[in-house]
Amino acid sequence: MIEIRFHGRGGQGAVTAARLLAEAAFLEGKYSQAFPSFGAERRGAPILAFTRINNKPIRIRTQVYEPNHVVVLDPTLIEAVNVASGLKRGGVVVINSREPHKFTGAKVASIDATSIAIENLGVPITNTVMLGALVKMTKIVSLDSIVKAVQNTFKGKLAEKNVAAIKLAYERVA
Amino acid sequence: MKGWHNETDRRCRDSRAGQRGEEQDRELAGLQADHRRRKVHGVRPLLDILPRASDPQGQTGESRLRLLQGLRHLRQRVSISRDNDGFGGEKMKKMLTGNEAAAIAAKLARVNVISAYPITPQTVVVEKLSEFVADGELDAEFMKVESEHSALSACVGAAATGARTFTATSSQGLMYMAEMLFIASGMRLPIVMANANRAISAPLSIWCDQQDSISVRDCGWIQLYCENNQEIMDTIIQAFRVAESLSLPVMVCYDGFILSHTVEPVDVPEQKDVDEFLPHFKPQYSLDPEKPVTMGSMGVPEYYEEIKCIQQEAMHAAKDKLVKVDAEFGKKFGRRYKLLERYHSDDADVVLLTMGSLSSSVKEIVDRYRERGEKVGLVKVRSFRPFPAEELIDAIGHAKAVAVLEKNISFGSAGALFLDTAASFVNVKKAPLMLDFICGLGGRDVEALQIREAIRAAARAAESGEVRKAVRWLGLREKLVGLRT
Amino acid sequence: MNDKPFPESLIAPGHGACAGCGCILAMRHALEALGKNVIISMATGCMEVVTTPYPETSWRVPWIHVAFENAAAVASGVSAALKSLGRKEVKSVAIAGDGGTADIGLQALSGMVERGDNVLYICYDNEGYMNTGIQRSGLTPFGAWTTTTPIGKVKRGENRQKKNLPAIIAAHGAPYVATASVAYPVDFMNKLKKAAAIEGPTYVHVLAPCTPGWRIDNSKTIEVARLAVLTGSWILYEIENGKMNVTFKPPKRRPVTDYLKIQGRFKHLSDAEISEIQKMVDDQCKHFGIE
Repeated sequence: MIEIRFHGRGGQGAVTAARLLAEAAFLEGKYSQAFPSFGAERRGAPILAFTRINNKPIRIRTQVYEPNHVVVLDPTLIEAVNVASGLKRGGVVVINSREPHKFTGAKVASIDATSIAIENLGVPITNTVMLGALVKMTKIVSLDSIVKAVQNTFKGKLAEKNVAAIKLAYERVA
Repeated sequence: MKGWHNETDRRCRDSRAGQRGEEQDRELAGLQADHRRRKVHGVRPLLDILPRASDPQGQTGESRLRLLQGLRHLRQRVSISRDNDGFGGEKMKKMLTGNEAAAIAAKLARVNVISAYPITPQTVVVEKLSEFVADGELDAEFMKVESEHSALSACVGAAATGARTFTATSSQGLMYMAEMLFIASGMRLPIVMANANRAISAPLSIWCDQQDSISVRDCGWIQLYCENNQEIMDTIIQAFRVAESLSLPVMVCYDGFILSHTVEPVDVPEQKDVDEFLPHFKPQYSLDPEKPVTMGSMGVPEYYEEIKCIQQEAMHAAKDKLVKVDAEFGKKFGRRYKLLERYHSDDADVVLLTMGSLSSSVKEIVDRYRERGEKVGLVKVRSFRPFPAEELIDAIGHAKAVAVLEKNISFGSAGALFLDTAASFVNVKKAPLMLDFICGLGGRDVEALQIREAIRAAARAAESGEVRKAVRWLGLREKLVGLRT
Repeated sequence: MNDKPFPESLIAPGHGACAGCGCILAMRHALEALGKNVIISMATGCMEVVTTPYPETSWRVPWIHVAFENAAAVASGVSAALKSLGRKEVKSVAIAGDGGTADIGLQALSGMVERGDNVLYICYDNEGYMNTGIQRSGLTPFGAWTTTTPIGKVKRGENRQKKNLPAIIAAHGAPYVATASVAYPVDFMNKLKKAAAIEGPTYVHVLAPCTPGWRIDNSKTIEVARLAVLTGSWILYEIENGKMNVTFKPPKRRPVTDYLKIQGRFKHLSDAEISEIQKMVDDQCKHFGIE
């Protein structure tokens, strides 16, 4: 089973990111689960969202304590929260950032998701962009599945723009 | 067949060896197809190639044919949306939160009146339903009530007038409508409610535990607890059928946040199938000028007790009805739940007892123990009211020790599930030792570690033959608590 | 130059209100006006939730939360106790949102006013059940999007007008009723001081924008609140012993579309719907003698 933790701020779409990832896995015939850190969401407050993916039905209902990978939607969170807490050895931390970062025992990938989001979507909502980066770095689902999940969730032009942003991130992340 | 469930394997072997015919196959086919559904569907082409009973060649090799026909039945039990080579398919399976599943179920049930007040963590149920109505997808009256007491009051008025009604709430809201709960059941109105289980103030908590619905277990509503979002969808649809045939209201409970806000795969039944399963609501009595009746009279002492006795009888009859409706649902939609579920419990020395989503986590732990050859099992209670006393005695009577894990407490006494279970055994000669573990209150996560702790304690009791302390707490931050419990 | 530091606010910073929240601003002004000799009874809602996550609190005055519907009843109890204990210098203050006042809380408020209890009741009105995720309340204005009045094919937004709470309370015979706005803080604070000084049930209703709920930028709270007043959508007045007095008349009333178009919750409105709203505002202004 793979467990992913998303770090974001209320209103940035971390919960949607977790849900899209779960949807992508579902489209591949896998079992998945997505949920937010339970509580009142407030614009701007740090929140967590989680996705579990497995080849058999997921029955575990506890919080995710030791994620395989971590996604950080907002670079300012790194100061406020220990984003690598509990991360399994060899896991990937994908960060929306222009600068390099280091986390012991983890592979780190940075991408300027904010710029890509503003370029393609006109708003600094980085959730879909970060999904493109995540799948490139971890291959937990295919790019195609993420694209399909986005197309199932968003309509028309919005879906197209998000798909473009995702593909860009997929190419650019390092 | 390689890779089948152990039991299936055994019976399959028996069947081939004994060639006991159709009955055996049907028995085989009646087993729950598990996650290896795709493999089951992989057999389909075979069925097309091989001769059928009607074919002239079909007369020979009959027993082999029968086995394969059993597979045909087995395949039918697997929900269509897992049918990757079949009809409708992926369209019907969706990734949904528990709240979404509840709202869609009410929509499929073609409710006439929705009267609900928003409260965390149920809000999305109300929001989704108002969206369906606003888009013309659901032809229902959506009432913007100003409180939960009014929400249920309006439901009573609507149901009394003959409308199929639905409401949803949680915690404080359920408490606020408490008076109305007793009235709704006393008036024998088939209202269906979704309750997203949440802790009760004070202190204020929006997080999950089952104190809310447990606290109103005396109110005369049927109470069903769901393990996952599929069960929420299915149980609400079943609930309307049960409620309307018994004239009793039904409360479908599911864990707040843990299920209400978690997205997972749910098979969404087709509208036409639900229409066939759920006929129009035809109340025996309703408020109608054509045939005027008086409802809600004063129950003078000469009649009150009898009316309550009849109500209790109805609750008893509910057990049978729940089983029947569930069986019919299973035939049509391929999923059955019953009053309780036995998971590796039939030969277990230590059995855990749970309700709701916790059952799901415990199943994982039970599997780990079984892999090591340890006889641990789980009984998941789905129907809390009516309480399945006989079924429980049957399911756990043989065990050495039973550990109840529950997210509620009756202050000054113990957890409700423990109390009811213990009461079931009071006149039974052979009863297991019982331990009560209060856990998961106010959203406290119940982790694998704690579940194992409960199993260990039960195992110790089983070994020693005695229980030093029946009621304990799991996952407590002991430093914060003055007393050691 | 005054180099004395700002007096310590009776609401400590570090609470969880959204950036740009109009309601917490209203709280801050209220405590500044009322001072430390108060006991606050607050209803469940945004302000209660963001200021008191155990073990922390923002309140530097005595404060109690009980339930959603009964702030007025709790405050009445506090008031009765203060009276019986002879604590004349302390004022019982009830605070609730529009949900906890106009809908589920109306019964308790009515009782408090009818009994003549010595309580100052403050309703912070962000026009919806915001804490639970932007559902409509009885004070959601006509045409507004909320999650329970979504814009669909058949129904479009809230189809009822705001319940006239101040009028309801005045009709009970309360000695002082007033409306206020976070964009006019001095007016708000003066009214609070006046209300607090009266021994009896008094009511102050302050309009306070919610940035996620009204779909406005975090920086636009005051601008939006001001436009509500300048367009006549929200009128600042007081009713003292039955006598009505408008405390601010916009010099040249602006068209309501100025107020509506900067809020995302109204962006779906057609021209016809906006005209309908303009007529409602015109009627309201006429009633208050505003041109």
